[in-house]
Order: sequence, then C-alpha cells, then structure tokens
Amino acid sequence: MAASRCSKGLVKRNWPYPGHVLTASKLGKRYGEKRVLRGVDLELADGGFLVVTGPNGSGKTTLLRICAGLATPTEGTVERAVARGELGYLGHEPLVYRELTALENLDLYGRLYGVPERRERIGMLLERFGLWEVRRDRVASYSRGMTQRLALCRVLLHDPRLIVLDEPYTALDEAGAELLDSQLEELRGERTFLVSTHDPARVEPFASGRLALA
Amino acid sequence: MTYLRDVGALARKDLLLELRARDTLPAMLLFVAAVFVVFHFALPGTPSRLETTGFLWVAILFTALLGLGRAFVPEREQRTMDGLVLAPCDRSAIWLAKSLATLAFLVAAEIVALPLYALFFHHVGGAIVLAVALADLGICAVGTFLGAMAVVTRARDLLLPLLFLPLAIPIVVGAVGASVAHAPGKYLAFLALYDALFAVVCWGSFEFVVSE
Repeated sequence: MAASRCSKGLVKRNWPYPGHVLTASKLGKRYGEKRVLRGVDLELADGGFLVVTGPNGSGKTTLLRICAGLATPTEGTVERAVARGELGYLGHEPLVYRELTALENLDLYGRLYGVPERRERIGMLLERFGLWEVRRDRVASYSRGMTQRLALCRVLLHDPRLIVLDEPYTALDEAGAELLDSQLEELRGERTFLVSTHDPARVEPFASGRLALA
Repeated sequence: MTYLRDVGALARKDLLLELRARDTLPAMLLFVAAVFVVFHFALPGTPSRLETTGFLWVAILFTALLGLGRAFVPEREQRTMDGLVLAPCDRSAIWLAKSLATLAFLVAAEIVALPLYALFFHHVGGAIVLAVALADLGICAVGTFLGAMAVVTRARDLLLPLLFLPLAIPIVVGAVGASVAHAPGKYLAFLALYDALFAVVCWGSFEFVVSE
C-alpha cells in the first residue's frame, strides 16, 4: 500500500487524463543561455514503464528532475497524478547521509513518509538488497555499489506509485543489477516507471515505451 | 502531531550527524572561549560592565554565525536536500528542525561562554540569561533561514554574514539594552516580538527557499 500524506503546497487536481500518472507537454528547460531540454511531450499511463534514452547532455536528468518535481520547466507544462509522498526518485546522488548508518537513514525517510510497519519494511528491503549484515555500519564505509543499493532501498521504502530512476544500474555489480532486475520484474505493471539509461537493452524486457532525446 | 514527529525526526538526524562528525560544536566552543581569552588580554585595565556586555554579544553573535554557516553543510556536501524536499512532510519542518539543532549547539556554547564571561569580566545576571535565551531564538530562526538561502550559492561563506548581520542588528540592540538597562522589560519584549515576527516569516516562506 502506498503511503500518502497531504502537505502544504500540494493541490489535489481534477485529473484531466484518466489512466495517466504523468503528462508533459512541450517541456523545455534553460539554464541562462544554455538550453538543455526542448519540446518534450510524454504521457505515462498507470502501470507503464517508459525508458528515456539519449547521449550525454541530451537532458535526461533534467527531464527526470522536472518530472519528479525537483526542477521547474522554463517552457511547457507537467502534470502529475501522484502526490509527493507517492513518488520515489533515484538521482545521480544516493540522497543518504554518509555519517548515518543504513538503518538510521531508512528510519529517517520512513518516518518522513509515514511508512506503516516501518521497521519490518526496512528489514525486508535491507535483506533483499544484501545490506542486512552491514545495516549498523556508517554509509561512509560502504562501496559505491552498496550505497546505490541503499539508495534503491530508500526509493522503494514507501512503496511509491511512480518510480523515477536516473541511471539506476550505475555502480551496481552483476549481482546488484540482477537484484534490481528482479525488483523491476516484480513491480512491473503494478507501479509506474520512468527510467533513464545508457543501456536500453537491460530494461528492454520491462519497457512499455521509449523516449529518445536527441 | 505529524508535523512535530517530522520535526523530531529531522532534528534527531542533525544531532546524530553532529555527534558522529563533530564538525560544529567543538569549533563553536573553542571559538567562544578563544574570543573571551583574547578580549581579556586585549582590554587595558578593568573594562566597564557596559563595554564588556558589548563584547559578550559580539562573541555570541559570531559564535552563532560559525554554527549557522555549518548548518546545511551535510545537505550541501551529500546533496541530500532533494531527498528532504521530496518527502511529503511540510518543508517548514526542515527549517524548524535545523533551527532547533543549531539552537542546541548555540546553547551548549553559551553554557561555556557565560561562566567564562563571569570569570574574566563581570557577574552574569538574570536579565542577561533571559536576553541570551530570547536572542538565541531569533538568531537561530533567521540564521537558519538565511543559511538555507546562502548554501546553494557559490559565495555562501560570504553571503551568510552579509545577509545575517544586518538582520541581527535589532537582536543586538534588544539584547544589549536588556543586559545593561535597569528596567530590561521593554528590551526583552522587543526581543520576543522580533522572535515571533521573524519565526512566522521564516516558517511561512521556507518552502520558496528550497524550491527551484
């Protein structure tokens, strides 16, 4: 069950596109004079799995940040049918505190997201991602791959409806990548995914659509 | 209740981070102690109570600035602000929790600073303690808010003092007045009014500081 809480600034809309979790129209983004995104349209249906591909600098990360609500477009509009608490986001940074342990990080996010049966859920995820044995170690002592696994635990902790993953296979070894594959397989169709990758073949079996940025 | 739970979780995180990293509090303690030692040897003869009260507030303000400058360092260095901003809690909870954690560090520094002041200079009366408590609230509320604004800029180390010190002038006026006046009531009321006004402004507008 997705944890969902209302918060200041969150407006419940009469969603105009039944069945769509995310709709973007003519999205564009400029940083000063530099244009990083131009005229992107996308519709992501409930349960869909959209793969975003493109070369470096094509605006994949910017698009995903806009879709997650972390950046505002300078052109076009984006509409999300999910509340902030129903979204899971994995960016280039793991968004965990290096001086805290895995347990402390997940406990913090679990509290903020109001996750029911938080301890059980944290334990289950840590075990599934192979971090149970090191749960009381500080994240600073983790390898990059272990930190990425913890970041994936953080993303899935509150069982989000919309999952936005920016290069999720980065730093994962083959075992970690297979774990992520199994998670994607398990959640495919039940959750909605927006995934950017340089390796579209890896997520091809899960994809329901593809958006290529030039 | 949910809001307070969120504030509690975030403040606990900040205290835990400081307990592990020990970046802020030891620096504040050493700084405030060093300032009093320097003042003690730099001032000729026996300075008046009026003069040393001014030094006390200068020391407190700059010690606070040291803590405020470090308040958002974990979020900046580890880029965790995105994670906090995405969480469904009210974003002002981030400000309130950070203010409370900074307040805890400042109070800890003052627990050392006030006895040192009494040792080197003059007796610390009840009015000074009350003024310190009220000034701390304003310093932490405004300073944390400005710290969040400054941390996303390249000139953050310069920007925070430039933004904070002008806004801290009313605190200094109220605090020094309360420390030296025979009837400190109106100065304490002024400090309380400042705290209430700026706490409401910072609470209500923090959302815009952390949004792009």
